[in-house]
Amino acid sequence: MDLDLLRETLLLERHNTRLVVIGVSLLGATAGLIGSFLLLRKQSLLGDALSHATLPGIGIAFAVMSAMGLSGKSLPGLLIGATVTGLLGVLLVLAIRRTTRLKDDAAMGIVLSVFFGLGVAILNMVQKIPGQSTAGLDSFIYGSTASMVWSDFYLIIATLIVTIAVTFLILKELTLLCFDSNFASTEGWPTLRLDVILMSLVTAVTVVGLQAVGLILIIAFLITPPTAARFWTNNLKHMLWLSTIIGGVSGYLGASISSLYNNLPAGAIIVISAAIIFLISMLFGTARGVLPRYRRHLKLQKKVGRQHLLRSTYEILENTQEEEPLKNLPIPMGLLRKHRYWSKGELSKLIRQARSEDHVERQPSGELRLSESGFGEASRITRNHRLWEMYLITHADIAPSHVDRDADMVEHLLGAEIVQQLEAELELAKATIESPHAI
Amino acid sequence: MRPEHPPEFPLAVHDLTVAYHRKPVLWDVDLNIPEGSLTGIVGPNGAGKSTLLKACLDLIPKTSGEALVYGKSYEEQRDLIAYVPQRESVDWDFPISARDVVAMGTYRKIGWFKRVGAAQKKQALEALEQVGIGHLADRQIAQLSGGQQQRVFLARALVQDAQIYFMDEPFAAVDAATEQAIIELLQSLNARGKTVLCVHHDLATVSRYFDHLVLLNMRVVASGPTAEAFTRENLQKTYGGKLNLLDDVAQALKNVGRH
Repeated sequence: MDLDLLRETLLLERHNTRLVVIGVSLLGATAGLIGSFLLLRKQSLLGDALSHATLPGIGIAFAVMSAMGLSGKSLPGLLIGATVTGLLGVLLVLAIRRTTRLKDDAAMGIVLSVFFGLGVAILNMVQKIPGQSTAGLDSFIYGSTASMVWSDFYLIIATLIVTIAVTFLILKELTLLCFDSNFASTEGWPTLRLDVILMSLVTAVTVVGLQAVGLILIIAFLITPPTAARFWTNNLKHMLWLSTIIGGVSGYLGASISSLYNNLPAGAIIVISAAIIFLISMLFGTARGVLPRYRRHLKLQKKVGRQHLLRSTYEILENTQEEEPLKNLPIPMGLLRKHRYWSKGELSKLIRQARSEDHVERQPSGELRLSESGFGEASRITRNHRLWEMYLITHADIAPSHVDRDADMVEHLLGAEIVQQLEAELELAKATIESPHAI
Repeated sequence: MRPEHPPEFPLAVHDLTVAYHRKPVLWDVDLNIPEGSLTGIVGPNGAGKSTLLKACLDLIPKTSGEALVYGKSYEEQRDLIAYVPQRESVDWDFPISARDVVAMGTYRKIGWFKRVGAAQKKQALEALEQVGIGHLADRQIAQLSGGQQQRVFLARALVQDAQIYFMDEPFAAVDAATEQAIIELLQSLNARGKTVLCVHHDLATVSRYFDHLVLLNMRVVASGPTAEAFTRENLQKTYGGKLNLLDDVAQALKNVGRH
């Protein structure tokens, strides 16, 4: 692959791809923005039915324009045809939903496939119209950026501006519609009209994007950016921004790469770019990504292990000494292992961790001894554990012999504030608390 | 002659029938809910309790009949009504904070196009404090427990500042502390003269929580002050063939004497 060519394309230096790359990026941004609402309204499948239902319209528009003696491939005509049957498909889904007991997904599946099949059949028939070439009509199915001209570009910009303006104006209303439409209608908001506005914008983006992305894949352009964005944030406004940017970047990468390899359908590359961003977000997303969640889990587990080690050591010290105050003496490893049934491997891993935090030290004799800070920490942890046990016994009616396990899970999450509350609740403020059960 | 549904009633339902796919779920419901009452709507599963609320709120079409709020249609009286839907009716994964959900109760007053201002945010926070979760205002709603989510919905109804509160199973699947907090809240609303209408399923607490009762099983079996309506005979009519419930009923009736 020619690196210079790649660089020139990505930096928008190549005259013949600049328009396409910018156009598809803006289209992606628009799709990402309005797609967020489509996703939150849980109507992604309706968007899919809509895009597939555009195909018969394209074929019919071609036939009608040819019959009128016009060029069959005049873009505005084709797009009008696409819009008409697309909306017809959506209306049919809504009608099926109202009049039968079919579930949503079945209604959408039927409409989607029937309209698409109809479209394929019609396209096949119009190919036989004499004097008209149907070459290029396939680009509506798989997408092709090669044919983008200035008028397409203006159409994309207009759609973007309208989408941003509408979102800005009725963000509050759309949010309410998506979150709780029943509540919205009891408050007198015209939910049907809001839904119509939302679906109109989705239709506009779909129809405008048909040629570049293709009707099969445009739904991915609408849905993938917001799903990816959701992994990074729990805030709707941030999600909208992020989804817009992700959509734009997917469009930018997809259009650039597909323009370098003339044979690759643009829609596929755009969707693959979006999918890669989605995958990265799913793994690393800070709000709900898989790895950050796993890391938080590991961190907690480590904390739990460390606290168990310190508490066990402390409990052994208590059991082996008669008089107060408790002295920090070395403990044989065997005793420690028996105390919680740790395996050798588990225990030495815990000790390694605790040593790195300077909580325990190995004696030359092979015994284990708490460091000064470790001793303080161990006493605090043990106290918290018992506070929680006492709380369970007095307030949750759990038998003393059962509280140990329950307290085991919770004590690691107790913050200073809760500990204070527990003390107040139990009227216990002593520095040490005796265990409510035999250790 | 006195009209059948005089306008002093906060909610009067006249001859209401509701059908799903031609199968009636509510038959000829006729009700007068008295001003300032804490009314429980009780009945077995599928009795049409939620449907009754939704039909009164124009959320589902009525096959026949009407619901009047102080003698006028619901559409004219929206400002007087607050609605707490069932908790499961929304997606709690939605990217929004507790405070922003509560602020939704002020949208109607804010009107089209305008943003939620500082005053509404403050109002939302106060309502959250009133239901005891002010410190969770900025949490994303998925990070709240079931009981806390229910409290968020109640707070949203509070900022609506209504005369009549429609609540759909506010006690369903909440912890004991939340149940206590909710009933205290309902009682304090009631003490301020508000009318509360509450779909409920726990017979054991009926006589303790509500002063007025509607027993429903597709039609109204009984409606009146709890002391009069909550009888063995009425409960048997309502819960009819569901024998496994009879023990609950017996238990509930035993409790009547205690309170």
